Amino acid sequence: MAFKSAVSTALVVAVLASTTVLASEEVNLYSARKEELIKPLLDRFSDQTGITINLVTGDADALLQRLQSEGRNSPADLLITTDAGRLHRAMEAGVTQAVTSDALLQGVPAAYREPNGHWYGLSLRARPIFYVKEKVSPTELSSYEDLADPKWAGRICIRSSGNIYNQSLVASMIAHSGEQKSEQWAAGLVKNLARSPKGGDRDQIKAAAAGECDIAVANTYYYGGMLNSNDEAEHQAAAKVAIFWPNQSDRGTHVNVSGAALTAHARNRDNAVKLMEFLVQPESQSWYAEVNYEYPVRDGVAWSDLLQQWGRFKSDNLNLSQLGKYNSQAVMIMDRAGWK
Amino acid sequence: MEVAVKPESAAIRKHRPGFWQAGVLLSALLLALPVIVVFSFVFVPAGEVWRHLVDTVLADYLSNSLLLVVGVAIGVLLLGIPTAWVTTVYEFPGRRLFEWALLLPLAIPAYIIAYTYTGLLDFSGPVQMLLRSVFGWTAGEYAFPEVRSLGGAVLMLSLVLYPYVYMMSRASFLSQSLSMLEAGRVLGAGPWRVFFKLTLPLARPAVVTGVSLALMETLADYGTVQYFGIATFTTGIFRTWFGLNDSAAAAQLAALLMSFVFVLILLEQHSRRRLRFFQTSGRYRHLQRHRLYGYRKWSVVLLCLLPLTFGFLIPAGQLLVWALSIAEETLDQRFFLLVGHTLMLAVTAALITLTLALFLGYGRRLFPSRRVNFAVRLSAMGYAIPGTVIAVGVMLPFAWLDNRIDDAMREFFGLSTGLMFSGTLFILLFAYAVRFLAVSVQSVESGLARVTPNMDDAARSLGYSPGRVLMKVHLPIMRGALFSALLLVFVDVLKELPATLILRPFNFNTLAVRAYELASDERLADSSVAALTIVAVGVIPVILLSRAVSRSGVRDATPT
Repeated sequence: MAFKSAVSTALVVAVLASTTVLASEEVNLYSARKEELIKPLLDRFSDQTGITINLVTGDADALLQRLQSEGRNSPADLLITTDAGRLHRAMEAGVTQAVTSDALLQGVPAAYREPNGHWYGLSLRARPIFYVKEKVSPTELSSYEDLADPKWAGRICIRSSGNIYNQSLVASMIAHSGEQKSEQWAAGLVKNLARSPKGGDRDQIKAAAAGECDIAVANTYYYGGMLNSNDEAEHQAAAKVAIFWPNQSDRGTHVNVSGAALTAHARNRDNAVKLMEFLVQPESQSWYAEVNYEYPVRDGVAWSDLLQQWGRFKSDNLNLSQLGKYNSQAVMIMDRAGWK
Repeated sequence: MEVAVKPESAAIRKHRPGFWQAGVLLSALLLALPVIVVFSFVFVPAGEVWRHLVDTVLADYLSNSLLLVVGVAIGVLLLGIPTAWVTTVYEFPGRRLFEWALLLPLAIPAYIIAYTYTGLLDFSGPVQMLLRSVFGWTAGEYAFPEVRSLGGAVLMLSLVLYPYVYMMSRASFLSQSLSMLEAGRVLGAGPWRVFFKLTLPLARPAVVTGVSLALMETLADYGTVQYFGIATFTTGIFRTWFGLNDSAAAAQLAALLMSFVFVLILLEQHSRRRLRFFQTSGRYRHLQRHRLYGYRKWSVVLLCLLPLTFGFLIPAGQLLVWALSIAEETLDQRFFLLVGHTLMLAVTAALITLTLALFLGYGRRLFPSRRVNFAVRLSAMGYAIPGTVIAVGVMLPFAWLDNRIDDAMREFFGLSTGLMFSGTLFILLFAYAVRFLAVSVQSVESGLARVTPNMDDAARSLGYSPGRVLMKVHLPIMRGALFSALLLVFVDVLKELPATLILRPFNFNTLAVRAYELASDERLADSSVAALTIVAVGVIPVILLSRAVSRSGVRDATPT
C-alpha cells in the first residue's frame, strides 16, 4: 500500500516535471555575463520572437561545474561566458555541441569562433596599455614585451594574476613566443610593478591617475565606464590617462571575446540557435559598444563615438581557443614569477 | 553559584531509544555530505600540481591564512570583550543605545565593508585626496597605510565579526550571578581582579564560541581577501581549481583547510572537556550598574563609539551617499521582487537550520557518545568552508542522485523526472543548512547548557519521555537562545553570496547577488542600493537579537 502510493506520487512528480520542461517556447540560459549587461538584449529578443528566456547568471567556472554535474538532465540550452578560455574548457569537458548556420558564420570572423562551431564570440574586449598623459609620451611605449624592460621599474600597475584577463594575456604570449620567453617576461614585469597587485582594472587606472604609477594595463570597457561615470573623481581619473595600443607593428593588441556555446543536451536547440544568431546581428552588436564600450565581433558594424575616438587598432588574430589551451601553464608561470 | 559537574547523569544514560540516535547520526551524516565529498578527492593523484604549489605559493597560503586568523582573533577579542563588559556593569551616557548598536556591524557583509573602505582610503579616494590638497603633498612624499593589505583585511574582518564575541560574552556576563562577584569583592579583589580571575574564566566557553564563529567565517571569506590581493587558502583553492583547472588538487587543499579547522575544534573541546558550567543558583539578583563619572565616563563612551563608528556608521554612511545618487533608477518593481526573494529564503533557511540544530544538539546531549559527538561536529564544519566549495559539494551528490532517479524512471516508466533536487530551491536551502548549521548548533548548545542535568533527571523521574522533556522543560528555558539562532542564520543568509550564486534556479536573484554583480563589475556606486538594503533589512533582526540577549539575563532571575 505504502509502496503503491509512493510510486504514484513519484509518477505525479515526474509528469509535472516533464510537462514544465516541454512547456511553451523558451530558451534556458546560463550566463557569466552580468544580468545588467545582457538582460536588455534578451528582452529585445523576447519581444521580437515571443520566446521566453530563463536566466541564471554566475561565475563562469561555477556555471560550467553546474552544467557538468547536471549532465544530460541539465536544463541549460546555452552557456555565455566573458572569455574564450572558459568556452574552450566547456568544450573540452564535453558539455557543448557544434552548431553551424549561415548567419553565425557570416556574423563571426574565423579567429573569434571555435573552428567546428562549438562556440562563437559575441563581443570583443581589448586589453591595451593606459599611460598618464603628463608623465609618459606614447613614443616611449611599444609592446607588452617592452613592459618587462628595466626602464619601467616601479612604474606599472596591473591587477592580480588570479584574474582571468591576465591569465589570458599570458596564455596568448605563450601561444606566440613559448613558455620560456613568457616566463622571463612575467618575471621582468613583476620587477617593474609600482605596487603589489590589488583591486580591479578600474583601480589600476585610478592609481595611475593619482600618481602611484605611470602606466596601467586594463580592459577598455572599464575605461569607457569611468569616462561616462556619474562619479566625478572617477571621471577625472580617466581623463588623465590615454590608451596606447601595443604590438601594432607585430601581432597586434591582445583581445578576448565574450561568447556563447550551445550545450550538449540542449532541449530547445532551435530557439537557442535563434538567440545566438540574434546576438550577432548588427543591431545587437552595436548595442555592446554603446552600453558596455566593447567592440563588435562582426565586421562592418558601426562603432560608437567613444570607440571611434580611441582609434582603430590592429588586434591579435590568434585563434582564441589557444587561450584556453595555455591557461593553466600561464597560471604556473605567474606563480613562479611571483606575480601575486 | 557555578559548579562543575560531570556531563552525564544516570537518568540520561538509561534511556537510549535507537531510532533517535540513528536519526541524529543519519541527519548529521547527510549534512556532512559536502565535507565527505571534498575528502573523497584526497586519494585522487595530483602530484605534479602539488609539487608546483609547494614550490611556489603554498607557503604564502599557509602563512597568510594563519596571520589572518591570529589577527582577527586578537581583533575580535579586543573589540568584543571590553565593550560587552562595560555595557554590562557600568552606567554611562548612551549605554542603552550601545547595547544594541554594537551589534550592527553584523549586518554588513565583509566584502562590502572592504569595498567601501577601499573607496574611502585608497590612494585616489577622498581622504588621501584631501590630505594631498591640504598639505600639498604628492605621490611618494608621504606614508599612508595601505587598506588593501593583510593588516587591512584583519581590520575589515574584525570590524564586522567582533559582534559574535560581543554578543556571546555579554550574554555570559549577564547570566553570571552577582553574588559571586560580590564574594570576590568581599574577599578583597579589586574590579580588575574580579574580571580577570572570575568573570572571564567563567565566560570562557561563551568567548571561545564567539571567537570560533568569527574565525570560521574568516577562513571561509573569499570576497575580501580576493579584492585585497592576499593569497590565502581560500583564494588558493579557487586558483588551483579554476586557474590550474585541477579540481582534485583544489579539493585536497580544501580538505587540508578542513582538517585544520577540525583539529582546532577538537583541541578546544579537549581543553574544556573536564568542566561544564551550569548555573545552579536560584538566588540571582539583577545586576546594579556602577555609574561612571568624569574622564572614565567619556573613555568608556569612546570605547563603545569606536567599533560602532568604524564597523557601521562609516561604511553604511558611504553606502548611503552612493545610494542617494542613484536610488531613482534602481528602485523599481524588479528590486522589490529581489527583496521578497531574499526574505523568503532567509526565513525558510533559518527555520530549517534551527530545527536541524535542535535535533542534533539535543541528540548529542541525550547520547553523548563519541560517535554522535563526532558526527555532529563534522556536520557543523560547514561554517569554515568557503560557500563555493559547499555549493559544489552539495551539487555533485544531488545531481548524481537526480540523474540516477531519472535513468530509473526512464527505464521503467518511460518518463523523465529531470533534476528534482538539484534544479530547485531545495538544494539551495540544503546548502544554507550545511553552511550555517554551526551558528545554530552553537546557540542551541549554549541554550542547552542553561538546563542543568538535574532538571532532566527530575523531569524524567516524573515519567516524561525525552521528547516531552524537550517540549516542557528545555524549550521554555532556551527560548532566548533559539531566537538568537534564528536571527543569526537569518542575517547570515541575507549576506550569503557564493552558494546562492551557483545553486539558485532560473530567474531568481537575491540582494546579495545583485550587489555582487554590480560591485564585481567595479560599479560600486551602482551596487550600493542593494548593499544598503541588505544592511537595512539585517539591522532589524540585529536589534531584536540584542533585546533577546539583554532579556536573557533577566529571565534567569525568575526562579524556575
